[in-house]
Amino acid sequence: MSRLKMTINGAAVDVEVPESRYLSEVLREDLRLTGTKIGCNEAECGICTVLVNGTPVVSCVFPAFKAQGATVETIENLSQDGSLHALQQAFLDHGAVQCGICTPGLIMTAKGLLDRKSAAGEPVTEDDIRASLKDSYCRCTGYQSVINAILQASGQDVPPYLPETQEPGLAVGKAQPNPNALAKITGSARFTDDYKFPGMLYARTKRAGVPHARIRSIETSAARKLEGVHAVLTHEDIPGRNAHGVVSIDWPVLCGVKVRYVGDAVAIVAADSEEIAAAALELIQVDYEELPAVTDAIEAVKPDAPLVHEERPDGNLLKHIKVKKGDIDSGFADADVIIDQTYRTPTTEHLFLEPECSIGVPAGYVPTDFGGRCDALAVRGETAKHDKTTIYVGSQIPYGDRDQTAATLGKDPEEVRVVATLMGGGFGGKEDIVGQIHSALLAETTQRPVKMLYSRQESLLVHPKRHATIIRIRTGAARGGKLTAVEATLYGDGGAYASLSEKVLTRATTHATGPYDVPNVKVDCFALYTNNVPCGAFRGFGVTQSCFAVESNMDMLAEKLGLDAVEFRRMNALDVGSETSTGQVMRESVGLNECIDKVDHDMRSDDFRWTWDEGHRRFAWGVAVGYKNTGLGGGAPDKATAEVEAWQDPDKGLMAEVRISSAEMGQGLPAVLAACAAEELGIPTERVSVLLGDTDFCPDGGPTTASRQSYVSGNAARLAAKEVARQLAIAEPAARIKVQHEYWAPKTKPLGAGGDMHVAFGFCAQAALCEIDMRSGEVTVQKIVAAHDVGRALNPLTLEGQIEGGIVMCIGYTLTEHYIQEDGVPWTNVMARYKAPSITHAPKIVSHIVEHNTAAGPFGAKGVGELPSIPTSSAITNAIYRATGVRVRSLPVDQDELLRAIRSGATEVELAWGDVKPIPVINFGGEQ
Amino acid sequence: MTANPTSRWSSYHKPETVEEALELLHDYDGSARVIGGGTDILVEARRGLRRSIDAMVDATGIAGLDTISHDQDYIVIGCGVTHTQIVSDERIVRYGACLAESCGVIGGPQVRNTGTLAGNVAHALPAGDGTIGLLALGGEVEIASTTGTRWMPAKDTFVGPGKSVIDRHREVLTRLRFKPAGTQEGSAFHRVMRPQGLCLPIISMAARLAVDGDTITAASIGMGPVGPVPWFAEPVATVLVGGTTSTEQYEKAAEVALDNVTLRSSKYRATSEYRATMIRTYLPIILARAAERAGANQ
Repeated sequence: MSRLKMTINGAAVDVEVPESRYLSEVLREDLRLTGTKIGCNEAECGICTVLVNGTPVVSCVFPAFKAQGATVETIENLSQDGSLHALQQAFLDHGAVQCGICTPGLIMTAKGLLDRKSAAGEPVTEDDIRASLKDSYCRCTGYQSVINAILQASGQDVPPYLPETQEPGLAVGKAQPNPNALAKITGSARFTDDYKFPGMLYARTKRAGVPHARIRSIETSAARKLEGVHAVLTHEDIPGRNAHGVVSIDWPVLCGVKVRYVGDAVAIVAADSEEIAAAALELIQVDYEELPAVTDAIEAVKPDAPLVHEERPDGNLLKHIKVKKGDIDSGFADADVIIDQTYRTPTTEHLFLEPECSIGVPAGYVPTDFGGRCDALAVRGETAKHDKTTIYVGSQIPYGDRDQTAATLGKDPEEVRVVATLMGGGFGGKEDIVGQIHSALLAETTQRPVKMLYSRQESLLVHPKRHATIIRIRTGAARGGKLTAVEATLYGDGGAYASLSEKVLTRATTHATGPYDVPNVKVDCFALYTNNVPCGAFRGFGVTQSCFAVESNMDMLAEKLGLDAVEFRRMNALDVGSETSTGQVMRESVGLNECIDKVDHDMRSDDFRWTWDEGHRRFAWGVAVGYKNTGLGGGAPDKATAEVEAWQDPDKGLMAEVRISSAEMGQGLPAVLAACAAEELGIPTERVSVLLGDTDFCPDGGPTTASRQSYVSGNAARLAAKEVARQLAIAEPAARIKVQHEYWAPKTKPLGAGGDMHVAFGFCAQAALCEIDMRSGEVTVQKIVAAHDVGRALNPLTLEGQIEGGIVMCIGYTLTEHYIQEDGVPWTNVMARYKAPSITHAPKIVSHIVEHNTAAGPFGAKGVGELPSIPTSSAITNAIYRATGVRVRSLPVDQDELLRAIRSGATEVELAWGDVKPIPVINFGGEQ
Repeated sequence: MTANPTSRWSSYHKPETVEEALELLHDYDGSARVIGGGTDILVEARRGLRRSIDAMVDATGIAGLDTISHDQDYIVIGCGVTHTQIVSDERIVRYGACLAESCGVIGGPQVRNTGTLAGNVAHALPAGDGTIGLLALGGEVEIASTTGTRWMPAKDTFVGPGKSVIDRHREVLTRLRFKPAGTQEGSAFHRVMRPQGLCLPIISMAARLAVDGDTITAASIGMGPVGPVPWFAEPVATVLVGGTTSTEQYEKAAEVALDNVTLRSSKYRATSEYRATMIRTYLPIILARAAERAGANQ
């Protein structure tokens, strides 16, 4: 231990700490300044940025003693005397805050820039911002709002970018910041890792490390003997069910017989510190009989493939999903032009900037037992007594987590409580229950709070990804341009466990015609188990994959037919009265044509050309359209229960609180729920607070998935508030009214039954202006023009944030991202090997909102979470084709391969970055 | 049993003199490491890849070595000077443009705010951008040990990937220097990256040219990765000197470069074919830019 003296946020600090500390650790652990967040500990993501002597540095690899005698500034210093710093105010105004985990880093990096520029007496330009924030990542916003906010904070007059929407009501339709944004910009917002309970232990997980093996023995005695270790648990120590799963319960909590992928959990440790827990892992000996692994979806179908789950009757086939409509033989007979192509999409990673973290607190925990303070009024947090086994976690499915944990603990669900903490991004990646069960098990075993925080590297290894797919698709059209038939076959690599594969790949299958009126359809999809990292939900939910294939074929067809690419889409676009591939007749709320018109109009204004050259740079436009269901659909019960309580405040008037266990992961749900309730109660949104995801206080809002929360929970909140308003009208003036409303979304039909498979669909069109450097093959997206039909825009500010963020995420899918596995072992084992789009990849986005209200949605709203992330990839590759004559059939685009094709005159590229094998040849309907 | 699973050092020193730094190295007898910003080694340490370090010796606090100076013959850069300082130093931008350009693309802004050129050169990676820029300028490094200090050409310090002649157990790279571009001299740098995977250059190239009218009178070139160490491309310089400032000459230089190296395909980074194409494409462009700057510098 040595003395470290610094000036932090204006105050002299003098601490005794080990010389091995990093600055981030001194700030967060020793000084409890938890506004500085940790995303990677690799100097990659930049969210831990603080100012040292006025200069932005990444505190995660900055030795604390390097800052000896220095002046350090963190996010906590920015708002002075209760007033916000210009940057904080601007981030709020522009909606540049979503999940909030990166916000302190973005703001501190920007502050370094603003201070430097202002000292030099120079104005701040957009180029300065892009250069200075190059390594300050944000996975939610898409950066446009961040750039505008920083420009505003530098003193320029830059209003928030808000597309035109319907006249707002009292609350609904108003552009308002998310209620939790204020805490996020000041550094006071607490994510799970920011909690520190008295007596808390730290947990780590022993991972398989091999893709497929039988466990001969697990030896934990040495680890148990290590000083500071409180518990080492294996499958033998599980009191209840040793399995979990969001759809099928097939994933061991702790493996005892077999491991099926490298990230499988074999043992868990709780210790006095993370270092000791990590050391204990190295002392656990697991003796494996390694088994041949199957790591390719098409190999997995073969009869002699190694079996991932021997007990399953269908071998590695998780599900064969079928869509059939009309007669494709006659459909193709009617076609004058047919395009038959095979595409490949990569496994991708959510890269939410907050790695998974959960804290288990044992039933009966009293903080005073560990020297803490106990507040009799506290219902949650470090000073509260805990009567039940409680899990603090940022999860997309709080009630699901509760029930699954209870099953493993051998407890009744009512004996377990989940308290939702702020979530630093989810995007589908925080649906499967990962560490929550482990931290609860360890907490009950040790009778202490236990924190299970994943390192970035562990996060990359463990949680389910986006499915890699191979898609063969044949699209036929008559000479005039009407589509006559679509046939497609998809293979999806589901990885080692079921997760949401069946649902995700069903969506890929049902959306495999695109948002078009196609009379004859046959689609087969094979979801396979392999020994790769499991795949599950990821924004777009399978539709991102199939859209790439659909919209690539559509452009090729248009060219072959001699039709304009936009006009061809317009001719076939779904509209009111048309029927989807699953037999759902669209009765209302189909704004696709308006989306197409808006994008087309913008794209063709100002001297439009599809493609042109500027020196060695070639520019081109590409277009694509997309659609995405709102809600679970397919016959699944889709409901949410909200509680609304209203009371008279003597000073402020009528106040209300909405309570529901739905997840806020940065998408802005609290703002939407508050607006829905406020509108019904006839009060401004500011008077409605929202409590999310404490299963003891909030009824079940269902999973936060399938773009369903605005619709389902929005309706629940709206209808509960409506009933409160009715009762208020006839109650005593001082009455406190509390109402729970269980809302059921309209019934849907399962796939194959025809009729309404979904309650609503969102539609969109996007045009991408791309630049291809003809010397190097490098591709950049200059501009995206987009139009999204979301039904009623409940909050244009948070809505626009979803749209911009979704588009940039899909740019990553197209140009930068690939989670690479080699024979079941991830090459992508550090964040440095996985590039999400940085601010330098973010294009200018011109966005239109199209509002074709859906009758049953809250005030007419549909879902939007996933929609923007769907067509961008094909808009970009269609632009690349226009520019170069090269059709890209595999993502992400590889400049090396693209340039080779350009120079050799080849017309297609089938190797993406990270691909080592050509796209396999597959047969329609499966391998015979 | 006690735990030490992470590769942490136990002592952190920030000596104020070179002598103090050397003494520390002597005392730790091989178990101390000199760092500048530490931006390479600490990332490795974080991943548990550096387990044998007892002490960090931070060279950025050495008095007088955190600045850039311009003496009679040289621009001298102390070992504590960060990439950001170099990029924003008007003398370097003017007299050693390729170095400013190369340091301007290292890592991200936060890393450049702490990372040093000395660290980049001492790390001896085959394509350290700052290193490539310094090579083309004909840069030299000063190495201090208890037996005295010596200057040597940067190009002679590289032994293998990540291996330098500098004995990290006994020596410290204290300063770097280069002769500022005179009249009729100019330099330029370019690197090709990809937006995926590791942030490592596909190819990084820098050139310094002196011209007289349209004749090239002197040339020095740095390139990487084209082999185990950053390449001081003498054959390329040789073919340029005496030639004209013409596209044909530059293209010939690129062919000579390709004749003298064995380009590798590196997984998930670039094929050798792509690297060759990039050298053919961009070396002439850099040479033309350096010549243009030389012309403007008359």
